[in-house]
Amino acid sequence: MLSKVSKDWAGAGFVTTIGLAILIFVPILFDLFEVLQMTQYVVLSLFALSLAYIWGYGGILSFGQAGFFGLGGYTYAVAAINMGQTTVPFLMAIGLCALFAAALGYFMFYGRLNDVYLGVVTLVVTLILWKLINHTAGPEYSIGEARLGGFNGIPSIPIMTLPWQPDMEMEPGQMFQYFMAILIGVYVLLHVLIKSKFGRVAISIRENEVRTGLLGYDVRLYKLGIFTIGGAIGGAAGAMWATYQTFIDPNSFSLEVSAKCLIWVMAGGVGTLFGPIVGVIGLQYLSLKLGETDLINNLIILGTILMFLVLLLPKGIFPSFQDLMQWLWRRVGGSGGERTP
Amino acid sequence: MDYSLVVAIELLRAVAGLVLIATGLAIIFGMMRVINIAHGEFMMLGGYTVVLTTKLGVNIWVAILVLAPLAVGLFGIIVERCIIQHLYGRIIDSLLATWGLSLFLIGFVTVVFGNTLEGVSTPFGGFAIGQYKIAIYSLFLILAAAAFIASVFFALKYTKSGLIARATMQNPDMVESLGVNSKIVYMTTFGIGAAFSGLAGGLLAPISGVVPGMGVNFIGQAFITVVTGGAAVVAGTLSASSVLGSISQAVTFAAGPVYGDATLLFVALILLRLLPRGITGRIFTRSI
Repeated sequence: MLSKVSKDWAGAGFVTTIGLAILIFVPILFDLFEVLQMTQYVVLSLFALSLAYIWGYGGILSFGQAGFFGLGGYTYAVAAINMGQTTVPFLMAIGLCALFAAALGYFMFYGRLNDVYLGVVTLVVTLILWKLINHTAGPEYSIGEARLGGFNGIPSIPIMTLPWQPDMEMEPGQMFQYFMAILIGVYVLLHVLIKSKFGRVAISIRENEVRTGLLGYDVRLYKLGIFTIGGAIGGAAGAMWATYQTFIDPNSFSLEVSAKCLIWVMAGGVGTLFGPIVGVIGLQYLSLKLGETDLINNLIILGTILMFLVLLLPKGIFPSFQDLMQWLWRRVGGSGGERTP
Repeated sequence: MDYSLVVAIELLRAVAGLVLIATGLAIIFGMMRVINIAHGEFMMLGGYTVVLTTKLGVNIWVAILVLAPLAVGLFGIIVERCIIQHLYGRIIDSLLATWGLSLFLIGFVTVVFGNTLEGVSTPFGGFAIGQYKIAIYSLFLILAAAAFIASVFFALKYTKSGLIARATMQNPDMVESLGVNSKIVYMTTFGIGAAFSGLAGGLLAPISGVVPGMGVNFIGQAFITVVTGGAAVVAGTLSASSVLGSISQAVTFAAGPVYGDATLLFVALILLRLLPRGITGRIFTRSI
């Protein structure tokens, strides 16, 4: 029993420890620019986790994860501008995205949409949100004091404060630590969730929906739950993105953002939580470097990576690498290692 | 009287627009269960073919009706050989790969031609109904949509290759054992679907203009129409286009185009909640 528990938690504990070390030491050791850069990775990692969870552990492939990202960002922006504080808007962003996910999920899962249909509906919903928000340019589209601003977006969004210090805007170092703590918290929570009964049923739905249903589990309800959790995490990431940039525009709803999220998760490996985080850091760094050269369009890179991954490494870079290591390990006579979740 | 005539024409044009942009996608989806996310970019390529060849002095009708479908159809065959043929039966992977292709094409065309709006002048003029002016090109598009539906229906129902295509759709193994190479059937079908997308892009180029990112404006409507329609190519496209096109156009009249788009989606969601396999999954199940 003990060995099983320790096996389950060894990988996650290791990742959490590294995460905590990063949380403590990065703001001390690195300069401001690098800390800001890493804050970006943290926020996007959280976003990637939202898809990594629903796709990897619930078998729901959402092509519209950007919808929650954008919705969370806009909710935070509008609420923070109106309310003069930031903790409640952050929670509102998460809550609204969860509600939206639940409503959309009701139509999709209770209509028993699958595969293609699910992908297309999530994609189109995001497209419509993008179109709607692009359309809100005039002054008549204001919510309280916040003008939605159409394709110009919302500028000068209040910077988040720590919940227990509502009068003090966060310093970049503090923000990094706060966001990193959220990321670690969500990572651990998801890990607990995956290991719980709920998580096991979710995985069995991913493996065989009909059989799970025949065993007496309400597949629709479970999927709705998974999708709602994913939406809430995506919304949190969106709100954090809005405060990180102090600006949000309709591009956060764009297909490019949805595609990026998919690519991170695919590159890192579907069915892991740690892989997608590696995917975010690796690919964001790559596109930063390639973007500097200005020779290659960002979309060309994204598209090529996506086609390459699907055709050649459908399991993702990280698991393929693990398989390779295990294969090498067996070749030299050891036994197969355990895969880090 | 004049006004209701204009409204009727506009409704028809909206339905025709959906038919035009959805047919290519419907052929590919109905035949091989592949949703081609690069569909909008295939249309964009069709549009660019028209713009570039007319600049070189080619007659606009030749450019729209011959060169656009030909170029995009050939491109579709190349795509099928390089990417799609490895992914049959892996629905999700084919979605992801075509999404990659879509991003790649937008980026590539942006680099080559620049992110600027190119246009061709709209052929024909307009005519007046009372105080309203109608572009003859709108009527031409309605005719073109009717021709799309008629030709696909005729080809699938009354030609030998249509029969083989439908048989392959139902049972590829049986068709193989009767001596038909299903790979070639798939390849050709994908090419024809792509050609229809290119033709639609060419037809719409004079009114929509051509930019690298234009596909995004079409794919949402195209996907929703195809998914709502279900697996039957002709009946599905026609029924879904009629329902969604007329409702969204009515809302567009009342509230503006963005709300029309949103309503289109909302109606589609409700339809899919009631008929998860699309309209032709429940009604008209035996149609093509």
